Amino acid sequence: MASTDPAARAIIPATAKTPVALIVNGVETRLSVAPWTTLLDALRDHLHLTGTKKGCDHGQCGACTVLVDGRRINSCLTLAVMKDGAKVTTIEGFQTNGAMHPLQQAFIDHDAFQCGYCTPGQICSAAGLIAEGKAKSSEEIRELMSGNICRCGAYPNIVAAIQQAMEQS
Amino acid sequence: MINFQYARANDVADAIRQLAADPTAKLIAGGTNLLDLMKDDVERPSRLIDISRLPLATISETASGGVLIGALMSNSDLAYHPLIAQRYPLFASAILAGASQQLRNMASTGGNLLQRTRCFYFYDTTTPCNKRQPGSGCSAINGINRINAILGASDACIATHPSDMCVALAALEAKVHVVGPAGTRVIAFSDFHRLPGDMPQHDTNLRTQEIITGVELPARGFRTNYSYLKIRDRLSYAFALVSVATALEFEGEIIKEGRLALGGVAHKPWRDTGAEAVMRGQPANRATFTRAADLLLRDARGYAHNTFKIDLARRAIVRTLTQAAHATPQTQSNKKIR
Repeated sequence: MASTDPAARAIIPATAKTPVALIVNGVETRLSVAPWTTLLDALRDHLHLTGTKKGCDHGQCGACTVLVDGRRINSCLTLAVMKDGAKVTTIEGFQTNGAMHPLQQAFIDHDAFQCGYCTPGQICSAAGLIAEGKAKSSEEIRELMSGNICRCGAYPNIVAAIQQAMEQS
Repeated sequence: MINFQYARANDVADAIRQLAADPTAKLIAGGTNLLDLMKDDVERPSRLIDISRLPLATISETASGGVLIGALMSNSDLAYHPLIAQRYPLFASAILAGASQQLRNMASTGGNLLQRTRCFYFYDTTTPCNKRQPGSGCSAINGINRINAILGASDACIATHPSDMCVALAALEAKVHVVGPAGTRVIAFSDFHRLPGDMPQHDTNLRTQEIITGVELPARGFRTNYSYLKIRDRLSYAFALVSVATALEFEGEIIKEGRLALGGVAHKPWRDTGAEAVMRGQPANRATFTRAADLLLRDARGYAHNTFKIDLARRAIVRTLTQAAHATPQTQSNKKIR
């Protein structure tokens, strides 16, 4: 296997760090990360914002969804160094002066979670979906939320919560 | 994921220079496929050259009435762009059939063309795979090959190309603009991806150090009679078992031109101009569509777990052509197949 051939690549020290500036939830943040640090790991392990969850770490579950410059992306499939200068919004950035965001309130109103592990990703994704303005019907919400898996199966309630927040926005 | 070095490219020429300086370097744009493969140690670049900030997230009309899409247009921006949504709805539909909105927000146009197969064995570094490790063998031929190719495969590789977008690009006769050390060239879409033969490690005919700068669509968008039908194991966010992109143009009741390309069945988007030719001058009915499907699938070959795909493809072709003829294209939100 290619992976057992040590001669095929140069050894790069794990100490190699690159400075990265991010505006995270409105706060200018400077950090120093290795190039292979994903945005997800930078948020969780360097900035200790553990609201964003690591599910599959392969872009298949959506638990790591955050907003970058207002657009929803999978933070596990992007490198922190690539997002130097970007505005990142995580679930920690949704409340305003202690008051819940309409999406957070809607998820409570509709009991749109059981274990809650997918919920930060669901809410970030839903915020992206509402900003995009492409989903109108429940069918379109389902399709455009399909990148967020809920293994508890709270989907009907998640769709209802998003519809409520959409009506309020 | 292995340790690697990271550098940004200042412009396309700089990216080509950096690629030339380090043969084990790779370009990164959206990163949605490359980083996934790096986490599994399938791709092990020594250096990533970040091209994501180059000014190629563009779309413009060409002098010949077509559209030139910059290689860094994201999948979602492309699908929703008025020039694409209104003039090339087949293309927009195929884009929206693929991945999730988060991934479409990240994934680039050029990267979509260059995505690697989803064959289980390509991803599993503990098994032989000629595409990953040339000469090691193909584990899929006698393995779990439910998702693998039924057309154009070889004894060395039965992997399929995973893209939806590319199936529509094949049907629409797009062209790929590339730049390399020897200058620029334009590649017909049918010549861009290749069949595995005895070199499945090469997915495309892109040369070393060449970079995709854009994808050009010709003027004809077939915006009335078209459909993209994707059959998969779940309703959304899954790769195609079989997908069909089709477009028709009529003269009265008679088919003047038909386009037909399949995804999920071969190492490249599978367009068959012979199958298109048998529809020309014919009425748009089941007999015509079945004849086209039978011709397209004449050399189809199944393996232990995927022979079902041959019948699935035949039915999907007839259904998609029927949808196109009736101007009732498959929607990508309501998944009911009518």
